[in-house]
Amino acid sequence: MEQLIAKLKNEIIEVLNLTEMTPESIDENAPLFVEGLGLDSIDALELIVLLEKKYGLKLSTADEGKTVLKSVRSMAEFIRANNKG
Amino acid sequence: MDNRSIISSYCIIRNKQVNLNGSLFYSGHEEQPAGFFLELYKHCSMNYPKFHKMDTLCRLGFLASELMLSRKKLNERYRGEDIGLILYNAAASMESDKAHQKSISSRDSYFPSPSVFVYTLANIVIGEICIRNKFFGESTFFIEKKFNPSLIHQYVGDLMARDTVQCCLTGWLEMDGDHYDGVLYLIEKSTPDNHGIVIFEPEKLSQIYLQGT
Repeated sequence: MEQLIAKLKNEIIEVLNLTEMTPESIDENAPLFVEGLGLDSIDALELIVLLEKKYGLKLSTADEGKTVLKSVRSMAEFIRANNKG
Repeated sequence: MDNRSIISSYCIIRNKQVNLNGSLFYSGHEEQPAGFFLELYKHCSMNYPKFHKMDTLCRLGFLASELMLSRKKLNERYRGEDIGLILYNAAASMESDKAHQKSISSRDSYFPSPSVFVYTLANIVIGEICIRNKFFGESTFFIEKKFNPSLIHQYVGDLMARDTVQCCLTGWLEMDGDHYDGVLYLIEKSTPDNHGIVIFEPEKLSQIYLQGT
Protein backbone atom coordinates (compact mmCIF):
# COMPACT_ATOMS: atom_id res chain seq x y z
CA MET A 1 0.00 0.00 0.00
CA GLU A 2 2.76 2.46 0.92
CA GLN A 3 4.45 1.82 -2.43
CA LEU A 4 1.20 2.52 -4.26
CA ILE A 5 0.67 5.72 -2.25
CA ALA A 6 4.16 6.93 -3.16
CA LYS A 7 3.53 6.18 -6.84
CA LEU A 8 0.18 7.92 -6.71
CA LYS A 9 1.70 11.03 -5.16
CA ASN A 10 4.18 11.31 -8.02
CA GLU A 11 1.41 10.86 -10.58
CA ILE A 12 -0.74 13.51 -8.90
CA ILE A 13 2.15 15.98 -8.87
CA GLU A 14 2.69 15.34 -12.57
CA VAL A 15 -0.90 15.55 -13.83
CA LEU A 16 -1.81 18.54 -11.67
CA ASN A 17 1.43 20.42 -12.31
CA LEU A 18 2.14 20.77 -8.60
CA THR A 19 5.72 21.64 -9.44
CA GLU A 20 6.48 23.22 -6.10
CA MET A 21 5.48 20.10 -4.18
CA THR A 22 7.33 16.90 -3.41
CA PRO A 23 5.81 13.50 -2.60
CA GLU A 24 7.06 13.94 0.97
CA SER A 25 5.18 17.22 1.35
CA ILE A 26 1.84 15.57 0.55
CA ASP A 27 0.02 14.06 3.53
CA GLU A 28 -1.74 10.98 2.16
CA ASN A 29 -4.42 11.27 4.85
CA ALA A 30 -5.16 14.97 4.34
CA PRO A 31 -8.22 16.11 2.33
CA LEU A 32 -7.40 16.73 -1.33
CA PHE A 33 -9.96 19.48 -1.78
CA VAL A 34 -10.44 22.86 -0.08
CA GLU A 35 -8.06 22.02 2.76
CA GLY A 36 -4.90 19.98 2.27
CA LEU A 37 -3.77 20.35 -1.33
CA GLY A 38 -6.58 22.84 -1.99
CA LEU A 39 -7.57 21.27 -5.29
CA ASP A 40 -10.53 22.51 -7.37
CA SER A 41 -13.18 20.97 -9.62
CA ILE A 42 -10.92 20.84 -12.68
CA ASP A 43 -8.34 18.99 -10.60
CA ALA A 44 -11.04 16.51 -9.61
CA LEU A 45 -11.74 15.81 -13.27
CA GLU A 46 -8.01 15.39 -13.86
CA LEU A 47 -7.81 12.83 -11.03
CA ILE A 48 -10.75 10.92 -12.53
CA VAL A 49 -8.88 10.83 -15.86
CA LEU A 50 -5.76 9.65 -14.02
CA LEU A 51 -7.64 6.72 -12.46
CA GLU A 52 -9.00 5.71 -15.85
CA LYS A 53 -5.82 6.27 -17.87
CA LYS A 54 -3.29 4.73 -15.47
CA TYR A 55 -5.41 2.14 -13.68
CA GLY A 56 -8.34 1.45 -16.00
CA LEU A 57 -10.82 2.40 -13.28
CA LYS A 58 -14.00 4.39 -13.72
CA LEU A 59 -16.02 6.03 -10.97
CA SER A 60 -19.66 5.08 -11.35
CA THR A 61 -21.40 7.77 -9.29
CA ALA A 62 -20.75 11.24 -7.89
CA ASP A 63 -21.02 9.83 -4.37
CA GLU A 64 -18.35 7.28 -5.13
CA GLY A 65 -16.17 10.13 -6.41
CA LYS A 66 -16.55 11.99 -3.11
CA THR A 67 -15.39 8.92 -1.20
CA VAL A 68 -12.58 7.87 -3.52
CA LEU A 69 -11.15 11.37 -4.06
CA LYS A 70 -11.15 12.23 -0.37
CA SER A 71 -7.40 11.73 0.06
CA VAL A 72 -4.41 10.06 -1.57
CA ARG A 73 -4.91 7.10 0.74
CA SER A 74 -8.57 6.68 -0.23
CA MET A 75 -7.56 6.75 -3.89
CA ALA A 76 -4.94 4.08 -3.23
CA GLU A 77 -7.47 1.96 -1.31
CA PHE A 78 -9.89 2.20 -4.25
CA ILE A 79 -7.17 1.11 -6.66
CA ARG A 80 -6.09 -1.76 -4.41
CA ALA A 81 -9.70 -2.87 -3.81
CA ASN A 82 -10.12 -3.18 -7.54
CA ASN A 83 -6.85 -5.08 -7.86
CA LYS A 84 -5.24 -2.54 -10.16
CA GLY A 85 -2.42 -1.28 -7.98
CA MET B 1 -13.06 60.08 -28.44
CA ASP B 2 -11.50 60.79 -25.10
CA ASN B 3 -8.23 62.68 -25.39
CA ARG B 4 -7.76 63.01 -21.65
CA SER B 5 -6.67 59.47 -21.01
CA ILE B 6 -3.08 58.50 -20.39
CA ILE B 7 -0.88 55.43 -20.54
CA SER B 8 0.12 55.28 -16.88
CA SER B 9 2.21 52.12 -17.13
CA TYR B 10 3.26 49.50 -19.64
CA CYS B 11 5.11 46.20 -19.79
CA ILE B 12 6.69 44.41 -22.73
CA ILE B 13 7.68 40.73 -22.56
CA ARG B 14 9.47 39.34 -25.61
CA ASN B 15 12.81 37.85 -26.66
CA LYS B 16 13.72 36.71 -23.14
CA GLN B 17 13.47 40.27 -21.85
CA VAL B 18 11.06 42.38 -19.84
CA ASN B 19 10.73 46.11 -20.39
CA LEU B 20 8.80 47.87 -17.64
CA ASN B 21 7.84 51.50 -18.29
CA GLY B 22 10.75 52.01 -20.67
CA SER B 23 13.46 50.36 -18.59
CA LEU B 24 14.94 46.91 -18.91
CA PHE B 25 13.50 45.08 -15.92
CA TYR B 26 14.80 41.59 -16.57
CA SER B 27 16.88 39.72 -19.12
CA GLY B 28 16.67 35.93 -18.96
CA HIS B 29 18.29 32.86 -20.44
CA GLU B 30 15.64 30.26 -21.16
CA GLU B 31 14.87 29.97 -24.88
CA GLN B 32 11.49 28.24 -24.63
CA PRO B 33 8.49 30.37 -23.57
CA ALA B 34 7.46 28.08 -20.70
CA GLY B 35 11.03 28.01 -19.39
CA PHE B 36 11.44 31.76 -19.61
CA PHE B 37 8.09 32.44 -17.94
CA LEU B 38 9.02 30.14 -15.04
CA GLU B 39 12.44 31.80 -14.81
CA LEU B 40 10.78 35.22 -14.60
CA TYR B 41 8.21 33.99 -12.07
CA LYS B 42 10.97 32.72 -9.81
CA HIS B 43 13.12 35.81 -10.32
CA CYS B 44 10.25 37.98 -9.09
CA SER B 45 9.61 35.64 -6.11
CA MET B 46 5.96 35.41 -7.04
CA ASN B 47 3.81 33.07 -5.00
CA TYR B 48 0.66 32.10 -6.88
CA PRO B 49 0.37 28.30 -7.14
CA LYS B 50 -2.25 28.54 -9.89
CA PHE B 51 0.47 29.95 -12.16
CA HIS B 52 1.81 26.42 -12.62
CA LYS B 53 -1.53 25.21 -13.96
CA MET B 54 -1.91 27.99 -16.52
CA ASP B 55 -1.19 27.57 -20.19
CA THR B 56 1.55 29.72 -21.70
CA LEU B 57 -0.83 32.43 -22.93
CA CYS B 58 -2.18 32.88 -19.42
CA ARG B 59 1.31 32.84 -17.93
CA LEU B 60 2.36 35.59 -20.32
CA GLY B 61 -0.62 37.75 -19.41
CA PHE B 62 -0.35 36.98 -15.73
CA LEU B 63 3.34 37.92 -15.54
CA ALA B 64 2.93 41.16 -17.50
CA SER B 65 -0.06 42.22 -15.40
CA GLU B 66 1.64 41.32 -12.12
CA LEU B 67 4.73 43.33 -12.98
CA MET B 68 2.66 46.34 -13.98
CA LEU B 69 0.05 46.28 -11.27
CA SER B 70 1.89 45.16 -8.15
CA ARG B 71 2.62 48.73 -7.08
CA LYS B 72 -0.37 50.42 -8.64
CA LYS B 73 -2.89 49.55 -5.91
CA LEU B 74 -5.75 49.94 -8.40
CA ASN B 75 -8.30 48.53 -5.99
CA GLU B 76 -7.62 51.40 -3.59
CA ARG B 77 -8.41 53.93 -6.30
CA TYR B 78 -11.11 52.25 -8.38
CA ARG B 79 -14.08 49.98 -7.83
CA GLY B 80 -13.58 46.55 -9.41
CA GLU B 81 -16.54 47.28 -11.69
CA ASP B 82 -14.69 50.31 -13.08
CA ILE B 83 -11.58 48.42 -14.17
CA GLY B 84 -11.75 46.95 -17.67
CA LEU B 85 -9.60 44.43 -19.48
CA ILE B 86 -9.44 44.46 -23.30
CA LEU B 87 -6.94 42.17 -24.98
CA TYR B 88 -5.93 41.25 -28.51
CA ASN B 89 -3.88 38.65 -30.32
CA ALA B 90 -3.70 36.72 -33.59
CA ALA B 91 -3.23 33.10 -32.53
CA ALA B 92 -6.10 32.99 -29.99
CA SER B 93 -5.50 29.94 -27.74
CA MET B 94 -3.59 27.98 -30.40
CA GLU B 95 -1.09 26.36 -28.01
CA SER B 96 -3.78 24.85 -25.80
CA ASP B 97 -5.88 24.01 -28.86
CA LYS B 98 -2.97 21.97 -30.24
CA ALA B 99 -2.33 20.27 -26.89
CA HIS B 100 -6.00 19.32 -26.61
CA GLN B 101 -6.14 18.09 -30.20
CA LYS B 102 -3.10 15.90 -29.53
CA SER B 103 -4.81 14.32 -26.51
CA ILE B 104 -7.85 13.28 -28.56
CA SER B 105 -6.13 12.32 -31.82
CA SER B 106 -5.91 8.59 -31.06
CA ARG B 107 -9.01 6.44 -30.68
CA ASP B 108 -6.98 3.94 -28.69
CA SER B 109 -5.65 6.50 -26.26
CA TYR B 110 -8.47 9.00 -25.97
CA PHE B 111 -7.82 10.88 -22.75
CA PRO B 112 -8.65 14.57 -23.09
CA SER B 113 -7.18 16.50 -20.18
CA PRO B 114 -9.70 18.75 -18.39
CA SER B 115 -6.92 21.07 -17.25
CA VAL B 116 -5.77 21.54 -20.86
CA PHE B 117 -9.28 21.83 -22.25
CA VAL B 118 -10.22 24.71 -19.93
CA TYR B 119 -7.58 26.86 -21.61
CA THR B 120 -8.87 26.33 -25.16
CA LEU B 121 -10.32 29.83 -25.26
CA ALA B 122 -8.21 32.96 -25.57
CA ASN B 123 -10.31 34.92 -23.10
CA ILE B 124 -9.44 32.59 -20.20
CA VAL B 125 -6.41 34.81 -19.63
CA ILE B 126 -8.83 37.65 -18.91
CA GLY B 127 -10.46 35.51 -16.24
CA GLU B 128 -7.12 34.65 -14.67
CA ILE B 129 -6.10 38.31 -14.43
CA CYS B 130 -9.54 39.42 -13.20
CA ILE B 131 -9.66 36.73 -10.50
CA ARG B 132 -6.19 37.66 -9.34
CA ASN B 133 -6.91 41.40 -9.20
CA LYS B 134 -10.66 41.43 -8.47
CA PHE B 135 -11.52 43.26 -11.69
CA PHE B 136 -15.19 43.10 -12.61
CA GLY B 137 -15.43 45.69 -15.41
CA GLU B 138 -15.94 45.35 -19.16
CA SER B 139 -13.77 42.69 -20.75
CA THR B 140 -13.29 41.38 -24.27
CA PHE B 141 -10.64 39.43 -26.14
CA PHE B 142 -10.34 40.34 -29.82
CA ILE B 143 -8.59 38.23 -32.45
CA GLU B 144 -6.77 40.43 -34.96
CA LYS B 145 -4.26 39.60 -37.70
CA LYS B 146 -1.67 41.88 -36.14
CA PHE B 147 -1.14 44.50 -33.46
CA ASN B 148 -3.53 47.31 -34.25
CA PRO B 149 -2.99 50.46 -32.16
CA SER B 150 -5.85 52.31 -33.82
CA LEU B 151 -8.34 49.63 -32.84
CA ILE B 152 -7.07 49.54 -29.25
CA HIS B 153 -7.33 53.30 -29.05
CA GLN B 154 -10.77 53.37 -30.60
CA TYR B 155 -12.31 50.64 -28.45
CA VAL B 156 -10.68 51.42 -25.11
CA GLY B 157 -11.02 55.16 -25.71
CA ASP B 158 -14.73 54.69 -26.26
CA LEU B 159 -15.12 52.70 -23.03
CA MET B 160 -13.30 55.45 -21.15
CA ALA B 161 -15.23 58.28 -22.84
CA ARG B 162 -18.56 56.66 -22.03
CA ASP B 163 -17.47 56.09 -18.42
CA THR B 164 -18.06 52.36 -18.91
CA VAL B 165 -14.71 51.98 -17.19
CA GLN B 166 -12.48 54.43 -15.37
CA CYS B 167 -9.32 52.46 -15.92
CA CYS B 168 -8.41 49.75 -18.40
CA LEU B 169 -5.69 47.17 -18.83
CA THR B 170 -5.25 46.53 -22.53
CA GLY B 171 -2.76 45.30 -25.08
CA TRP B 172 -1.42 42.50 -27.24
CA LEU B 173 -0.76 38.99 -25.88
CA GLU B 174 0.49 36.67 -28.58
CA MET B 175 1.53 33.08 -27.92
CA ASP B 176 2.20 30.86 -30.93
CA GLY B 177 4.71 28.01 -30.77
CA ASP B 178 8.02 29.38 -29.55
CA HIS B 179 6.96 32.92 -30.37
CA TYR B 180 5.66 35.10 -27.55
CA ASP B 181 4.95 38.79 -27.60
CA GLY B 182 3.24 40.48 -24.68
CA VAL B 183 2.65 44.22 -24.50
CA LEU B 184 0.22 45.51 -21.87
CA TYR B 185 -0.77 49.10 -21.20
CA LEU B 186 -2.60 50.55 -18.25
CA ILE B 187 -4.95 53.32 -19.39
CA GLU B 188 -6.23 55.82 -16.84
CA LYS B 189 -7.92 59.18 -16.95
CA SER B 190 -5.76 62.24 -16.80
CA THR B 191 -5.69 64.05 -13.46
CA PRO B 192 -3.77 67.14 -12.29
CA ASP B 193 -1.24 64.74 -10.73
CA ASN B 194 -0.49 62.79 -13.85
CA HIS B 195 -1.13 65.41 -16.50
CA GLY B 196 1.69 65.59 -19.01
CA ILE B 197 2.80 61.98 -19.00
CA VAL B 198 2.24 59.64 -21.96
CA ILE B 199 -1.03 60.53 -23.68
CA PHE B 200 -3.20 57.62 -24.77
CA GLU B 201 -3.13 57.80 -28.56
CA PRO B 202 -2.37 55.30 -31.36
CA GLU B 203 1.07 56.75 -32.11
CA LYS B 204 2.18 56.31 -28.49
CA LEU B 205 0.81 52.78 -28.35
CA SER B 206 2.78 52.02 -31.48
CA GLN B 207 5.99 53.65 -30.24
CA ILE B 208 5.85 51.63 -27.04
CA TYR B 209 5.03 48.43 -28.91
CA LEU B 210 8.08 48.91 -31.11
CA GLN B 211 10.47 49.37 -28.17
CA GLY B 212 13.06 46.64 -28.11
CA THR B 213 12.06 45.18 -31.47
